[in-house]
Amino acid sequence: MVDAPTANSEENAADAFLQGGASLRNAAGPYFGSYGGRWMPESLIAALDEVQDTFEKAKADPEFLAQLKDLNKNYSGRPSLLTEAKRFSEHAGGARIFLKREDLNHTGSHKINNVLGQALLAKRMGKTRVIAETGAGQHGVASATAAALLGLECVVYMGAEDCRRQALNVARMQLLGATVVPVTNGSQTLKDAINDALRDWVSNVDNTHYLLGTAAGAHPFPAMVRFFHEVIGEEARAQILEQTGKLPDAICACIGGGSNAIGLFHSFLDDASVKIYGFEAGGDGVETGRHAAAITLGRPGVLHGARSYLMQDEDGQTIESHSISAGLDYPSVGPEHSYLADIGRVTYEPITDTEAMDAFRLLCRTEGIIPAIESSHALAGAIKVGKKLTEGKENPADTIIIVNLSGRGDKDVETAAAWFDMLDENGNVKGTTLSTRKPKGPAERSNLEISIEEASKDQN
Amino acid sequence: MTEQMTSKSAAAIDRAKAQGRAALIGYLPAGYPDVQSSIDAGIAMARNGADLIEIGIPYSDPVMDGAVIQAATTEAIANGFRVASVFDVVAGITAATDAAVLVMTYWNPVMRMGVDEFSRRLAEAGGAGLITPDLIPDEAAEWFAASDKYGLDRVFLVAPSSTPERLAMTVEASRGFVYAVSIMGVTGTRQSVSSSAEKVVADTHAAGAERVCVGLGVSNADHVREIAAYADGVIVGTALVAAIRDGGVDAVAQLTKNLSAGLGRATAQA
Repeated sequence: MVDAPTANSEENAADAFLQGGASLRNAAGPYFGSYGGRWMPESLIAALDEVQDTFEKAKADPEFLAQLKDLNKNYSGRPSLLTEAKRFSEHAGGARIFLKREDLNHTGSHKINNVLGQALLAKRMGKTRVIAETGAGQHGVASATAAALLGLECVVYMGAEDCRRQALNVARMQLLGATVVPVTNGSQTLKDAINDALRDWVSNVDNTHYLLGTAAGAHPFPAMVRFFHEVIGEEARAQILEQTGKLPDAICACIGGGSNAIGLFHSFLDDASVKIYGFEAGGDGVETGRHAAAITLGRPGVLHGARSYLMQDEDGQTIESHSISAGLDYPSVGPEHSYLADIGRVTYEPITDTEAMDAFRLLCRTEGIIPAIESSHALAGAIKVGKKLTEGKENPADTIIIVNLSGRGDKDVETAAAWFDMLDENGNVKGTTLSTRKPKGPAERSNLEISIEEASKDQN
Repeated sequence: MTEQMTSKSAAAIDRAKAQGRAALIGYLPAGYPDVQSSIDAGIAMARNGADLIEIGIPYSDPVMDGAVIQAATTEAIANGFRVASVFDVVAGITAATDAAVLVMTYWNPVMRMGVDEFSRRLAEAGGAGLITPDLIPDEAAEWFAASDKYGLDRVFLVAPSSTPERLAMTVEASRGFVYAVSIMGVTGTRQSVSSSAEKVVADTHAAGAERVCVGLGVSNADHVREIAAYADGVIVGTALVAAIRDGGVDAVAQLTKNLSAGLGRATAQA
């Protein structure tokens, strides 16, 4: 908690860690403290070894790095801007808030950084097919995009519930040539999509790479996905130094699996003066049990190949997470975040749906930027951090905060319109005949021509 | 392979071997459709030719399971299954039969209870050990300690994709038997047994394993007969789950009897 009495002692612990001289920036996996590892079926170990080996070689290959840099620049549009949010800052105690504009990347979020890297690796491994999971659809869209660009077959697993919440992204993936498989197991959300993607991978590992979308899962995924997102922090660090002449006082990001966050954090981990905050999805409020705040309220366990903080019941069954943001609706978190939480280097706090949506609207109206609801959690957190850090300060504008604006909010217009009571009883935007509401259930699916792959899982 | 006189699984497989046949291993999830039915079904398997019984713990995220087992375990959880009930199931079956009873579990429920505590209670219930589909020896330090302390079998999996180095390491780490996955995939019935199965068994034997049992996609007496020719045991799961789903305990008894015919001997009447 920003205001919790433990905050100072945590920060002192982090300082002590840093003063010990050990860099936090070179964690290569498979373990981050006691987190990470490979809690996976033996059938997939050879594939993980192949990915790891290919990644290690590529990372040391100037040709690969040049290829990636070229795509980042000439395809994604990097470097992304660092925009000062002057009117928004007035609501954060007067601290100067800068937005790292990952929303301006091609496909509209940070996700493209990782998929381009992994799709290039898939080509290097001679794979012809990539599979991916997606929650909000951003990673699915990014994966479909990279697959189209590099000529790979692409299958995206998406919870049936998420398909309904993000129908437009389903159509987007299909336009890009991907097959979207609605997942009807379990809670029908991101974790179940990952389960089905893993089942596909184990059955098709010869020709298939699993393009995991977040810095979680079995080694080497956490370290590899971080590597492809480190560009966010590297750019932000150089940009803030150029624009203000100094390092920020604090940096903020939202945490689902935590890939955008670890990408931003990495460049600042060894800067003891920079406070680092990760904001989890607090849903209806952590006291209600309906949330996705794995670090805040979870306890260590294993899911999807890594030991990390996990929302689980007394029996070790995964608890279904809840968030207005499909992209943060995941009951665990990347293992490096669990480690950074335990050593006190990063402070993790929950942000409720209401706080996130208030920040969403505020950014729309003060800066003319519609943020993703995921990123709105970081914005809401930055308001709290700004107020706290400027408290009693004569010159609040001396305080500088970077927020990772990890994605744009076009995909969230329907959710936001419903939240802000902009719809009439028919689901039309009030005063118009413009419907934001998609038909529910099977009719919707047939309209969108979601092709349901009967493939491997139905051989049972 | 780490051998101890106390390995119940090895003893059960060796009893079958002494009769000149492979062992039959039947899988059913605990608590499906309820705890008492799974005890009754386990006993029915043992009395109709199964030498070892594998009791699965229903888990929220079973990534190695296909649709049939997923549906059953999801229903068990929805019906209120609690992990500690698995000890009642194990105790209920071991009290009534001579079969070795193993628990098949994803790792997080064990971790949540505490590896030592789980192992202690499993041993107390008369269980033989654990089959661990998402725990590789590389991550199993706690399990090594607890299984040694309580004399439990450690059944790790090997796959067609396992390298010679990993085969050797896994064989060394296992006790009781090694579980050879017949195919790259998840549980579920298949038309035929993968041709990769025989090679995995041969490689695992060559790596030093005394007992290698084959699972995944084994669903009828012909499959059993085919695998029994080269493996020390044959593991049937999905077909038995479908049987209890469609015909209850009687159907499990009948299918087990049919399957054991594939082992090439008359069913012993218990």
